[in-house]
Amino acid sequence: MTAEVQLADRPAARRRQTAARLFDNRHFLGWLFMLPAASILLVFLAYPLGLGFWLGLTDTPIGEPGHFIGLANFVSLSRDSVFWLSVFNTIFYTVVASFFKFFLGLYLALLLNRRLPFKSLLRAIVLLPFVVPTVLSAIAFWWIYDPQFSIVSWALIQLGLIDHYIDFLGQPWHARFATVVANVWRGIPFVTITLLAGLQTISPSLYEAATLDGASALQRFRFVTLPLLSPIIAVVMTFSVLLTFTDFQLIYTLTRGGPINATHLMATLSFERAITGGHLGEGAAIADAMVPFLLAAILFSYFGLQRRRWQPGSR
Amino acid sequence: MDYLERLPRRVVTLYLPLGIFVFVLLFPFYWMTTTTFKPDAELYDYAHFNPFGIVHPTLMHIEKLLFETDYPQWLLNTTFVAVAATVLSLFSSVCAAYAIERLRFTGARYVGLAIFLAYLVPPSILFIPLAAIIFQLGLYDSDWALVLTYPTFLVPFCTWLLMGYFRTIPYELEECAMIDGASRLQVLRWITLPLAVPGLISAGIFAFTLSWNEFIYALTFISSSENKTVPVGAITELVEGDVYHWGSLMAAALLGSLPVVILYSFFVEYYVSSLTGAVKE
Repeated sequence: MTAEVQLADRPAARRRQTAARLFDNRHFLGWLFMLPAASILLVFLAYPLGLGFWLGLTDTPIGEPGHFIGLANFVSLSRDSVFWLSVFNTIFYTVVASFFKFFLGLYLALLLNRRLPFKSLLRAIVLLPFVVPTVLSAIAFWWIYDPQFSIVSWALIQLGLIDHYIDFLGQPWHARFATVVANVWRGIPFVTITLLAGLQTISPSLYEAATLDGASALQRFRFVTLPLLSPIIAVVMTFSVLLTFTDFQLIYTLTRGGPINATHLMATLSFERAITGGHLGEGAAIADAMVPFLLAAILFSYFGLQRRRWQPGSR
Repeated sequence: MDYLERLPRRVVTLYLPLGIFVFVLLFPFYWMTTTTFKPDAELYDYAHFNPFGIVHPTLMHIEKLLFETDYPQWLLNTTFVAVAATVLSLFSSVCAAYAIERLRFTGARYVGLAIFLAYLVPPSILFIPLAAIIFQLGLYDSDWALVLTYPTFLVPFCTWLLMGYFRTIPYELEECAMIDGASRLQVLRWITLPLAVPGLISAGIFAFTLSWNEFIYALTFISSSENKTVPVGAITELVEGDVYHWGSLMAAALLGSLPVVILYSFFVEYYVSSLTGAVKE
């Protein structure tokens, strides 16, 4: 008691005490701790997000202020066949690549979930394509797809399956499928490893019980594995769709949108218009146009795959 | 149920498909490596040399890359940017995650939700407005442009991961320390952080890899060759017109991948746990 009275007598000590009490107040400390993260995210994420919508309504060139022009960017885009081609390409790329990523990834996860020698080594190998920088592995694919020296064409000719080199990146449909293959290659590990983590949480006794009841392997998969895995499938595929839809690096490295815009995604087209072409406003408008598609894709894959959850009578 | 199967069946249903998967997943790396060490004479002559092997291994492509291009400088830039962005993000994320998960200040739940939503914002729709901001701040063509913008995707990821990790640390430990007279800051420094080290390593490694791999911001914000990062330099500077020096391009891809692959090979478990942890929450 006497100590407190003495402390209160000295202003410096009182200040220190107030400070100490303040630093033990969780609300004050909480907001203080949020400060670094919040300032980074507000300045470099929330503000640009808003600025992006504003830029879409202006004719801003690079490095100079622009003027408000209303919806003119969107009107001119709606008459722009290249833009609509890029929309088609983006949807095609996302749908086809996500489809294959899901099935091949799930298949590989099921394989890895079985009793295997060197399991952790295998898992480490499988994740490798995900770890290596996308651009650098895409350069390897670029070389694999070379029109003159493609190793794939060479091997197929040696096997007698084709008689001339395939121009992987020179023909529109060839290029579309070639980029999808590279994207699937890169995306499988993510799907596999996360689904494998989900599979490992399913108790083996459930499979044993199902087997004793006479379930076939297919039925065990359909009625045990799939229902228990569906929440994690929904999350994984949402992320996968999101990453595929907004992909930029792979296309930029392999084709830069060519041949004749056949592989331009909305992201690469907005880069080309905004940075290469210098029309920040038009590029921002293309980026803005991605948002509704993105929200639809997220909602579709998230709720579509989790359908059982919000049907009446379920949890 | 595997013990019910016989070997021939296992070969067809398990080892064969697994072998095909591993072959396809590893082939580009094998191809990258052989091309790096192959002399040009063998590289472009499939008729006389089987493309899958190397007859006379050479270091000429690596030599060209290291001594005739800015590649060493790009490696340095990438390392600096990745380390600085990781440290900055890790610091802000630890503070934010601790505040949201443990201090539970007013509005913590909404802030947590906002962090998750920030995680879903893709760089492809942010790079144009960010370019305008970077220009205004006078950071264009500087490493700091990248150090400051990479946290936009690193902070949400690391915070989300660390929130999950802090949740697994028993709150009773912190209460004990507070009863013994420790302040909140002392609790964080001496109790929570030491226990969260595995989570910090996971988040740090993942953040480092993500910054090393980043492409679109580095491509947009950097223009001069000596400031570029490895992915951007490799794709913009090593291609001269229509002449592709595949040997040095592959060497660039191989050398640029090595740092992350080595780091990854030491911390596979941490890496996997951060990958799956981020999804499970």
